[in-house]
Amino acid sequence: MAAELTAAQAALADVATDPGAKKPDPIIVGSQITRTFGGLKAVDVEHIEIQRGVITALIGPNGAGKTTLFNLLTGFDEPDTGEWSFNGNSLQRVSAFRVARLGMVRTFQLTKVLAKLTVIENMRLGATGQKGESFWLAPFKWLWSGQEREITARADELLARFKLDAKREDFAGSLSGGQRKLLEMARALMVDPELIMLDEPMAGVNPALKQSLLGHVQSLRDEGRTVLFVEHDMDMVRHISDWVIVMAQGQIVAEGTPQSVMADQRVIDAYLGAHHDTDLSQIDEQALEAEIEAELKEEQA
Amino acid sequence: MDFLEILRIALQQAFGPTAIVFVLAAIGLNVHFGYTGLLNFGQSGFMAVGAYGLAVAVVVADLPFWVGIFFAFLAPLVLAIVLGLPTLRLRADYLAIATIAAAEILRLIFGSVELKDTFGGSNGLTGYSSTYKDMNPYSEGIDWGFIRYSRDDLWNITVGWTLVAISCLIVWALMRSPWGRVLRSIREDEDAVRSLGKNVFAYKMQALILGGMFGGLAGLYFALKQSSVVPTDYNTTLTFYAYTALLIGGAARVLGPVVGAVIFWFLLSGLGVFFSQATSGPDPLIPSWLMDQTQSSLVRFIITGLALMLLMIFRPQGIFGDRREIAIDGR
Repeated sequence: MAAELTAAQAALADVATDPGAKKPDPIIVGSQITRTFGGLKAVDVEHIEIQRGVITALIGPNGAGKTTLFNLLTGFDEPDTGEWSFNGNSLQRVSAFRVARLGMVRTFQLTKVLAKLTVIENMRLGATGQKGESFWLAPFKWLWSGQEREITARADELLARFKLDAKREDFAGSLSGGQRKLLEMARALMVDPELIMLDEPMAGVNPALKQSLLGHVQSLRDEGRTVLFVEHDMDMVRHISDWVIVMAQGQIVAEGTPQSVMADQRVIDAYLGAHHDTDLSQIDEQALEAEIEAELKEEQA
Repeated sequence: MDFLEILRIALQQAFGPTAIVFVLAAIGLNVHFGYTGLLNFGQSGFMAVGAYGLAVAVVVADLPFWVGIFFAFLAPLVLAIVLGLPTLRLRADYLAIATIAAAEILRLIFGSVELKDTFGGSNGLTGYSSTYKDMNPYSEGIDWGFIRYSRDDLWNITVGWTLVAISCLIVWALMRSPWGRVLRSIREDEDAVRSLGKNVFAYKMQALILGGMFGGLAGLYFALKQSSVVPTDYNTTLTFYAYTALLIGGAARVLGPVVGAVIFWFLLSGLGVFFSQATSGPDPLIPSWLMDQTQSSLVRFIITGLALMLLMIFRPQGIFGDRREIAIDGR
């Protein structure tokens, strides 16, 4: 597994770092994707490719069109123009539930847990191909109870992995914001997706939980899944992503490894800001010290 | 003032045929609103097509009784598909608007002068229930002092409660299954369910059809128990009575609509008898300057409304509901 992983990362080493770069083994290929809201061109992507088996981060300022692109790719929104494919299957005008069944599952920026269902029921819902979900088979419990047991066992495993097993019987609506993020991610894994798309997994999550979330996302890749995530937390982007795509005003403006993208002057200007590498509190202290020194000199003079 | 007599009449009503109509209609709404979160404000329309399905088939088309029963089930199914196709892809409120409008349109069509030959106009249709009445196995009614039912009523409540039991069994068996889990999830968040690969539209359609057919069953039973189908019986009030019954009992509980409808009808008829007794006679309990007899039949609605408000304040989840579900926020 590890060798394969480095191979996937190594494969990316040769990829050009211009926007819309071709990847050696893309799982998603899209081109000419546009979506306008009124007069605003929210997404205007000329070409995009997502490499299989790696973690790709999608970053950019607020309103850059990252979530809209997510919605388009997963069938939650319809584009004005454009075509894209997942694993070679064209996904044009394919409805959201079919996209998910193909193995491309997303989470939401504002978590969507099913508040009045228990945590374990939330998890069970995620499993695909359930016989008991057919209207005609549903009334006859013996037809689906075996499968239900398998699903429950798998769900319990995932809950333990995400440290939600203590909350098993609680209503999902009683979970904290961070726990909801975890539940949503675990639930998406019940679908057993090939590609998992996380929309701001770190938003509103406390630092301790953040660490374990990072680990979870990396373990998804180590299992052989492809991860695409939108994030504003640069720590996460720097630490776990293998590839970074930068969007601004609906377009892809830069691509590359985290190191190269964060050194890119255009990215710094458009999004990161000049001090993105320094700790904000340090800047304040330095500024304060300088100010005090200046005042002292003035007094002495 | 005979309180025992008031209680007797109220109890008799609470388990009688009219209450059963509300029970069946509320079971349908429970599938729609309680489990799936579909806002169907036109349950009276589903009831009307169920009733007219039977009556038109037997009286106008001269078909056998059992073919009429078949049409009574077919008509609400068709109505559900016709209403669901354009609206279930849209936001929840569109279904509400479409169903309430459809119910009113149907009622006006059934009562219209132009279609008098088919639907009998405002007089409605009669003469389709002889087969049903002939099946009555009881030779006479019962009179056990406190419980009194006529021969017809006895047959009606036997059939009615059997239908209720079967309906509850169906709802129970479906809602404990993964299918029911998908419906409850759709009620909570459609997009989340969609993102997990479920065909939300198909599930909503199935739920709309199932609940609509329970509504049709309520209409069919209504038509059978009173031997005539009259358009004015199927007005919007009927829908909201059924909603009231559902909320009293507790939504998304199998027995919620049953208990709710019984309590609702017990209150409404008990209060009706009470106020009519309290204002009648030479020396009424309530002096006539305060309330006269014509007013008394309306005051029960005020009191019922008050009782409902108190219920919503002190037990918002209904009789069977789970308080924890109300306490957690929906987001």
